[in-house]
Amino acid sequence: MNTSTFDAKTFIKKYTMIIALVVVFVFFTVLTGGKLTKAQNVSNLLLQNAYVLIMACGMLLCILTGGNVDLSIGSTLCLSAALAAKSLERGLHPFLAILIPMLVAVVIGAWQGWLIGYIHIPPFICTLAGMFLFRGFARVVLNSKTIPVMNDDFLKLFTSYIKIGGLDEKHSFKSAIVVGVLVAVGLIIFKIVSNAAKSKKGYDTSNNKSELIKTAVIGVLIIVYSTKLYAYKGIPVMLLWILAVVLVFHFVTSSTVFGRYFYAVGGNEKATKLSGIDPRKVYFWAYFWMSVLAGFSGLLVASRIGSVDGNMGTSYEMDAIASCFIGGASAYGGSGNVPGVMVGAILLGVINQGMSIYGLSDQWQYVVKGAVLLVAVVFDVVSNHKTGKS
Amino acid sequence: MAGKSTEFILEMKGITKLYPGVKALDNVNLKVKRGEIHALVGENGAGKSTLMNVLSGTIRFGMYTGNILYDGDYCEFRTIHDSEKKGIVIIHQELALIPELTIAENMFLGNERSGKLGKINWDETYKLAAKQMKRVGLKESPSVLVKDIGTGKQQLVEIAKALSKDVKLLILDEPTSSLNEEDSKMLLDMLLAFKEEGLTSIIITHKLNEVSYVADRITVIRDGATIETIDNEDHNIDEDRIIQGMVGRELTDRFPAREHHVSNEVVFEAQDWNVYHPIYTEKQVDKNVNFKVHKGEVVGFSGLQGAGRTELAMSLFGKSFGSNITGHEFINGREVFLKNEHDAIEHGLAYVTEDRKTNGLVLSDTIARNTTMAKMSKIASKGIIDYQKEKQYAIEFANAMKTKTPSVEQQVGNLSGGNQQKVLLSKWMFAEPEILILDEPTRGIDVGAKYEIYCIINEMVAQGKAVVMISSELPELLGMCDRIYVMDEGEVVGEFEAAEATQEKIMKAILSHNNDNLKEAN
Repeated sequence: MNTSTFDAKTFIKKYTMIIALVVVFVFFTVLTGGKLTKAQNVSNLLLQNAYVLIMACGMLLCILTGGNVDLSIGSTLCLSAALAAKSLERGLHPFLAILIPMLVAVVIGAWQGWLIGYIHIPPFICTLAGMFLFRGFARVVLNSKTIPVMNDDFLKLFTSYIKIGGLDEKHSFKSAIVVGVLVAVGLIIFKIVSNAAKSKKGYDTSNNKSELIKTAVIGVLIIVYSTKLYAYKGIPVMLLWILAVVLVFHFVTSSTVFGRYFYAVGGNEKATKLSGIDPRKVYFWAYFWMSVLAGFSGLLVASRIGSVDGNMGTSYEMDAIASCFIGGASAYGGSGNVPGVMVGAILLGVINQGMSIYGLSDQWQYVVKGAVLLVAVVFDVVSNHKTGKS
Repeated sequence: MAGKSTEFILEMKGITKLYPGVKALDNVNLKVKRGEIHALVGENGAGKSTLMNVLSGTIRFGMYTGNILYDGDYCEFRTIHDSEKKGIVIIHQELALIPELTIAENMFLGNERSGKLGKINWDETYKLAAKQMKRVGLKESPSVLVKDIGTGKQQLVEIAKALSKDVKLLILDEPTSSLNEEDSKMLLDMLLAFKEEGLTSIIITHKLNEVSYVADRITVIRDGATIETIDNEDHNIDEDRIIQGMVGRELTDRFPAREHHVSNEVVFEAQDWNVYHPIYTEKQVDKNVNFKVHKGEVVGFSGLQGAGRTELAMSLFGKSFGSNITGHEFINGREVFLKNEHDAIEHGLAYVTEDRKTNGLVLSDTIARNTTMAKMSKIASKGIIDYQKEKQYAIEFANAMKTKTPSVEQQVGNLSGGNQQKVLLSKWMFAEPEILILDEPTRGIDVGAKYEIYCIINEMVAQGKAVVMISSELPELLGMCDRIYVMDEGEVVGEFEAAEATQEKIMKAILSHNNDNLKEAN
């Protein structure tokens, strides 16, 4: 066995995007004179991109089924946000202001999932229609006005920071550090225990060492991140929402039979069908969960911005799609994973924020984003010799 | 013909084509006389299509060795265009027409009649189209869409298209495989009529009665080499004579020995099974098929391509093919009604496809993931996958099948054909079926891997499973099966015990059925 020997080439290939993220991060840190690493900016990085991180999870499912995308999610997000804002404006209970948009998102998901899975409408066209439809509905709900979101109970659910009495005072938020250290240590201990269990059962243990190193690196990053949170308002509630969605989708895609179906359909739909798996159901659930996540993101964005207008969420679907492809999802379906997509989303976020802090104008930000997306996909296609449907 | 022209319009000399690890063509010689109909016969994979690809320039000059002497000149075709310019036109088995375009548009695709400013001259196009269509007996308007005419007529459009290109040498690859008897007869008679006008044709076909009917001379190819060229000037050649050349190879030691212990217990039975094509719903692909399989038995299905064997197997496997399926299906004596593939798997059925790349494997996934795909419940509890268990299973199966791979985390797409086939078999063995339907289990893999697959099949029946083996290779069926059903045109036309079956008998069963049909058509 020589798997434990360090191979630079495979290392670079495996962690290309993480290396790219580090390089880009360092680049913008230098360019902005260290402003990028300020506590406030680090804390905001994830919150500002919450909708991308969450919707990219759903988009991954769609893309896995064969490079299909959902173009309607920006509009679904807007409709959901509009319904929430309108409900609150009418004085409904915050619970209903969450329930109504989410129910509508469920209906949209079932509708599009049914059309794509069972009626075989091409996803591109079906969701393009949805993009117009739901944007239109959103503007009808808003009556083409901007509606503020001012209900404190509602806002608290998404935009507040966690305060633990005794730990957190006005300018130091020790809870962040405590939680960060606990999580990091917990992760490492868990890894050690499961590694030990593996060797006890006589399973292959050749990866144990590298996995432990990986876990340790992640642990250190968590602690560093928590020091930033410590210095700026503490643990944001929105972070917990993001983590919940991301972890659930990571678990589902990587460890469940249900998740495996998405890869199988994208890899070879005919073979999947002959293996007793119904591809129609797989398409249905991909677009269903996508819409549900878009609806949920609508609540987050509405509360973070504090108001909703008819243009909210325009081109958000592109951010989610770009994150997936930058994060290594195959443009032809069948491969990609949640951690990769998260790296892609954060990479985009760092570029956005870095450019904003540096003061680069909007138009150039588009140029850079486009170039990054193109480079990522070309790299993926060339390095994997995927020729597509030639 | 002018005095200077030679007797032969085409001479292919010493053509050799190597693929990595395989010699597809080995010093093949083919001589075609001016104005004759020349038949090229041989089993699947003998090299007929490869030879024609060399001739048409699909396999370009330099990718093979040997010479092509056409019309007195040495030719170096680099594209299909090169060969078409010289009047060589090939019509492939799968028609290359675009359904959404009209007959005339299809006929002049890539060969457009252009007028001023590169604008297509539609008047001329449709006039010329009508003229050629008349020659092939097509009465449709040239402005009818190709999708609106039947397969038989589409074949005629292909021929009209060839004629519009000033064809001198027409090559037809299995032109009648998707035609019914009546259309086949019409097409063959048309070729004879064109012969009278001086057109030379090469016809590739499995239907030996057709060969006997139209061909002036017959070249037999086997295992990538020319075996012989037989004269058939009187059009009455004994089909046994052709078969002898096609199959005459030694059978010693190509198949592992097996103790035959077939029990009397019937594990699978199909009664009056009828299937129609899913798209051309009026076309019946299987007619009143009855067959049964015993425990521990290997049952073979022989027949030509398009005999309805794959369609039969897939329709029995949870209706994964066909429409308007009727009949009865019994597993262990109990009638079952399988709604879908999942149902079939749950009832202990497995269908191992003939097309592992398109229908069998997820090439971008690992060996482990492919192995467990058809029964993931075995490696999961409450829907959560146990990765270690999956890996253990995959390793176990890879070892049992002798799959050559550094690890089960290897992508299946990176494996050789033989090893891919082993992964496919692993996948279906993993699903713990009682009845395995193997469709062309050794297609496209080398002799050594074939032997290993045969050993695996023997192992399966030794474990008490029942195996249905569909194969186009007669020696393989004879070497492996306990019993052989022969199918033709969707019907079972013969059943032989292994002891009494011979290649000649099987071929005869098919051909006599064919002849009956041809007579009926007349």
